Amino acid sequence: MASPAKAKISTKILPMVDLKDIRKSFGDLEVVKGLDLEIGSGEFFSLLGPSGCGKTTLLRMIAGFETPNSGVVSIAGQEMTNFDANERPTNMVFQSYAIFPHLSVGDNVAYGLKKKGLSKNELKKRVDDMLKLVDLEGLYDRPSFALSGGQKQRVALARALIMQPKVLLLDEPLSALDKKLREQMQHELRRLQRTLGITFILVTHDQEEALIMSDRIAVMFDGNIAQVGQPQEIYERPVSKKVASFIGIMNFIDGEYLGKKGQKLHVRTNSLGEVLLEPHQMPSDLKLGKVTVGLRPEMMTVLYSAKEKSEHEFKAKIKNVSYYGDMTYYSVTISSLDGDISISMRNTAGRHVYRIGDEVRIGWGTESIVVLG
Amino acid sequence: MTRQPRALLIFVIAYLGFLYAPVILLPIFAFNDSAIIAFPLSGFTTDWFSWLMEDESLFRALKNSLIIAVTASIISTIFGVLTARAMARHQFLGKQSMFGLIMAPLFLPEIIVGVSILIVLMQLGLALSLWTVIAGHVLLATPFSVSILTTAFNNLDRSLEEASLDLGENRRGTFFRVILPLVTPGLISSLLIGFTISLDEFVIAFFLTGTDPTLPVYIWSLLRFPSKLPIVMALGFILLVTSLILLSIFEFYRRRSETLAGGGQISENK
Repeated sequence: MASPAKAKISTKILPMVDLKDIRKSFGDLEVVKGLDLEIGSGEFFSLLGPSGCGKTTLLRMIAGFETPNSGVVSIAGQEMTNFDANERPTNMVFQSYAIFPHLSVGDNVAYGLKKKGLSKNELKKRVDDMLKLVDLEGLYDRPSFALSGGQKQRVALARALIMQPKVLLLDEPLSALDKKLREQMQHELRRLQRTLGITFILVTHDQEEALIMSDRIAVMFDGNIAQVGQPQEIYERPVSKKVASFIGIMNFIDGEYLGKKGQKLHVRTNSLGEVLLEPHQMPSDLKLGKVTVGLRPEMMTVLYSAKEKSEHEFKAKIKNVSYYGDMTYYSVTISSLDGDISISMRNTAGRHVYRIGDEVRIGWGTESIVVLG
Repeated sequence: MTRQPRALLIFVIAYLGFLYAPVILLPIFAFNDSAIIAFPLSGFTTDWFSWLMEDESLFRALKNSLIIAVTASIISTIFGVLTARAMARHQFLGKQSMFGLIMAPLFLPEIIVGVSILIVLMQLGLALSLWTVIAGHVLLATPFSVSILTTAFNNLDRSLEEASLDLGENRRGTFFRVILPLVTPGLISSLLIGFTISLDEFVIAFFLTGTDPTLPVYIWSLLRFPSKLPIVMALGFILLVTSLILLSIFEFYRRRSETLAGGGQISENK
């Protein structure tokens, strides 16, 4: 039903992180169930999924804090499955930041370099440069219990990056921050990654975060990878209902795949009529019979004036209105469908916000439909 | 600060007064120029303290007490570290019951404990000595050590160790650079409280001491001689001041231990 979860970047370029058939169990509980993944050098890659899907365990196996029960972990072309964490060219930013409370900011950042035999001046210079990079200039002597959450996060980042790892691993680094700070840090992390060119692997349950920051995303459920791809690909062409509903909002409508009609594919929806779709709008291995059809809320539009036309149209009644300032989400009911349909509209000039009970016309285009198995 | 109700203030004053008024008598009569412990006061003198300095058996008793206190606090702290580490890092059957068992001496009447150990020792044919007292004091101090160090270890975020390893340090380096500095305030607290408990302890020492009395036992024996009472007062005063100093240091380190090993969120005004 779903397309293969494995996605090769290019057979010619060696992946920075290569995971083959990785399995991990804790006692009786199987947490990672035989997955393959390749992550390229210089990629900002996210592992996205709900709590308990195995993404953090996977990250820890790349870092070296857990050893897989079977499978091979290769980093920078070298097999490192059984290497200890301190032997790998990876560094991690922990969810709790793990800042050493008895050391100052500067000593925290310098921690990993202390054993490298640098001169005192050289060490201080490197730390100062790194502090500047993460916007903590001048805080060398600040004791770490006097830091805010956002500052601690940057110390953790600096401390890891100063080691010049080949791969930076981030375990839900932004989950403890408030919304505004989180958004700011998302952009900063992205900028940082682009400047440094290091491979970043981020674990998050926040799909918006993954979409904003990543070059590619792996969506995980229950120890398996459901889909790997670029953000746009995953959002617009989810392979399954589960992926579709995890990323953004999706309207699901029952339908039936009736077969080919020339180059196009004939699909009947149980409430919105029949359509002829392009091959890329559905999984390549789809069989005839029952399907689920998906339509994103922003792909439909409320037709404000009688003159506005659309390829397809239906009448609906407003059941609920959610006003977000820049957008309004409408929940509408239509006679031929049991459930509600969600539609989002940008609040541009001239568009008034409808009220509950209003009757409206909704328009949509054939190219907006995606068929899920 | 919000206004406390008047009644509460009066209660606190009365409570503290009741608790500490008898203790105030110590310095009063330690410096009083009279062999009789009674009002009115006769005048200031430090003679009793000089007598103290010349009493040989007193110094022997003090030496015994110090040896016992230092040894008992070290042993109980070691037990505390081992127990706390096991409790914080490992899961095993009977963990809760074992913890309860370790804490039990806190709740047992000391006389019962003292007599029981004495009987056991007699059955085993062991002679009473400093070591029997040490054993008894370790029994008393260990619950405190375990309690203090369990808190310290529990507060030690596991990811701190992982972070150290991730940054290239090995296990040994991690222990000396991360774990030890964070647990040290707890260690010091445990040593200090073990020492204080042992130094002041009378009941168990009384039962388990052989020919070498501890200081509290020696003081008790002095009570038979009323003329020596002011010397006892002087001694008591010194012990009081020493205990206060030690406990203040202990409290300082205990607070520091809480702040550090916790690695808490946004800084608070502690």
